[in-house]
Amino acid sequence: MKTNGHEDVIEVTDLRRVYGGGFEAVRGITFSVGRGELFALLGTNGAGKTSTVELLEGLAPPSAGRVRVLGHDPYEERPAVRPRIGVMLQEGGFPSELTVAETVRMWAGCTSGARSTEEALEMVGLARRAGVRVKQLSGGEKRRLDLALALLGRPEVLFLDEPTTGLDAEGRRATWELVRELRDGGTTVLLTTHYLEEAEGLAERLAILHEGRIAATGTPAEVTASQPSRIAFDLPDGYFLGDLPPLAELGVTDHETAGRTVRLRTNELQRTATRLLLWAERARVELGGLDIRSASLEEAFLQIAREASGRSDASESAGSAGTVETTARTRKGAAV
Amino acid sequence: MSAATSVRAEASASTTATTTPVGRITALARAELTLLGRSKATLFAALFVPLVMPVSLRSAVDEMDLKGTGLSVGSVLLPSAIGFSLLFAVYSSLVSVYAARREELVLKRLRTGELRDVEILAGAALPSVVIGLVQCVLLAVACTALLDVGAPQAPHLALLGMVLGLVMWPALAAVVSSFSRSVEGAQVAAMPLLLISMLGSGTIVPLEVMPNRLASLCELLPLTPVVTLLRGGWTGELSAYDTLGAIATALAWTVVAVFAVRRWFRWEPRR
Repeated sequence: MKTNGHEDVIEVTDLRRVYGGGFEAVRGITFSVGRGELFALLGTNGAGKTSTVELLEGLAPPSAGRVRVLGHDPYEERPAVRPRIGVMLQEGGFPSELTVAETVRMWAGCTSGARSTEEALEMVGLARRAGVRVKQLSGGEKRRLDLALALLGRPEVLFLDEPTTGLDAEGRRATWELVRELRDGGTTVLLTTHYLEEAEGLAERLAILHEGRIAATGTPAEVTASQPSRIAFDLPDGYFLGDLPPLAELGVTDHETAGRTVRLRTNELQRTATRLLLWAERARVELGGLDIRSASLEEAFLQIAREASGRSDASESAGSAGTVETTARTRKGAAV
Repeated sequence: MSAATSVRAEASASTTATTTPVGRITALARAELTLLGRSKATLFAALFVPLVMPVSLRSAVDEMDLKGTGLSVGSVLLPSAIGFSLLFAVYSSLVSVYAARREELVLKRLRTGELRDVEILAGAALPSVVIGLVQCVLLAVACTALLDVGAPQAPHLALLGMVLGLVMWPALAAVVSSFSRSVEGAQVAAMPLLLISMLGSGTIVPLEVMPNRLASLCELLPLTPVVTLLRGGWTGELSAYDTLGAIATALAWTVVAVFAVRRWFRWEPRR
């Protein structure tokens, strides 16, 4: 963990954001990012990622709670924070009739310690497009121009809101490479994404946002480990669930049936799978459609989203919202 | 810890060129000027209309009965021409500029940088304001040469009128642009104030030849005190009472417009 011994560059405490119409997009979230750390906010569309990041960037004041970036309130103390951060919004706003180079030149005139236009465009692979009007750029090229502007002032803290959305595979890889280099150079990075592989591959720590709350947080390994593994199979004809060994003995934490299909969840995949297969062999039955898989970040993500929406459908219980988080925290030791 | 220190050292070494408000506004204004040069329709309206309007008004003014008003053809036309410059080169084009930058999310993106809000608005307005200023000077020179207006008798009043106009109208443009969802909508939203100002602020019909009650109502319009101060600046025949009234009205509109911008200006499109 790089964070140990370093000050927190981003501190978020019980943050809330309520929009004019009364919609509560961010419902009390708390996290911190240490210097030089790469932190990902992961979530589906509408989870509250952008609403959160905009508060960190100082574009709006929070409805409640506290934000500190480099020790300052990013909204009230804009002049203290802005020269030290770089921002890439989810949708870049550039005059369509300016060329790429003119756009960078304008931005450089408003950025302390700006890199040269050539250097900035070289970094994101847009040097050959310098004379092209912004309106003629592809979606991916616009994202890279946006990234060039975010990096222009050699920021200490970089906010990237879905930096690779709209990029092709090659562009995405190039962006990841660049972000890794920046992190290795000591830049603190907070990025939002709905690509799980992006969070898994880049982030040292992440938080999964769901409906404005943090549903799980930790390293990618910790968040994955907090989720049970799954076993699915079809019961042979003539057999019922009760014919299996007692589920608790198999280490199963949860189960469901749909028709003849049985789905089991377990935190001890090897024990559960071994006992189930030994039983099948002894009973001389074939388990059709057998599917055994350990948890992945994707599984974890989908499961957390499912649990969270199931919860909010049933009742708004604050207690259960904390359960996933607690599980993540208690399993930290085991996971690492 | 050493990593953190070296990052900070690098950061402070590279921030030797700290930006200043003037530098930031200049950078933005330069980009806006480039954009203005590429927007032929806006450029045409800004450059052409204010310079052609006075010519087309000339014959109408020639036929007005100006006896007893203390006005000449020149002292009617010149403030009108400057008024048109404020309306078309400054107000109307800036309503479009602000709306376009908002819809393209440029304003939102700029607000993530080091620019302060007022610098963003000023930088975007600067090219139009400069064009308006140059037009005012050109018009004053042309009217002096061609319509024997003579030198202004009270230049400080003319200057004051011009300065207040050049602050008030960009601010009004920013407010009005906040009530539209597109550049086309912005042009429509700009119309009411444009028409009322053209008809009621003494640019086409001098207030002196209007019925008294209508004239005193029209004195409260935002362009009227600007035109009054300009005209008074040239004739030198504005009473102290009228001068104070005009200054008070112009200041009031400027304060209201600036307050309205701070309160209601939209930095992002309505969604």
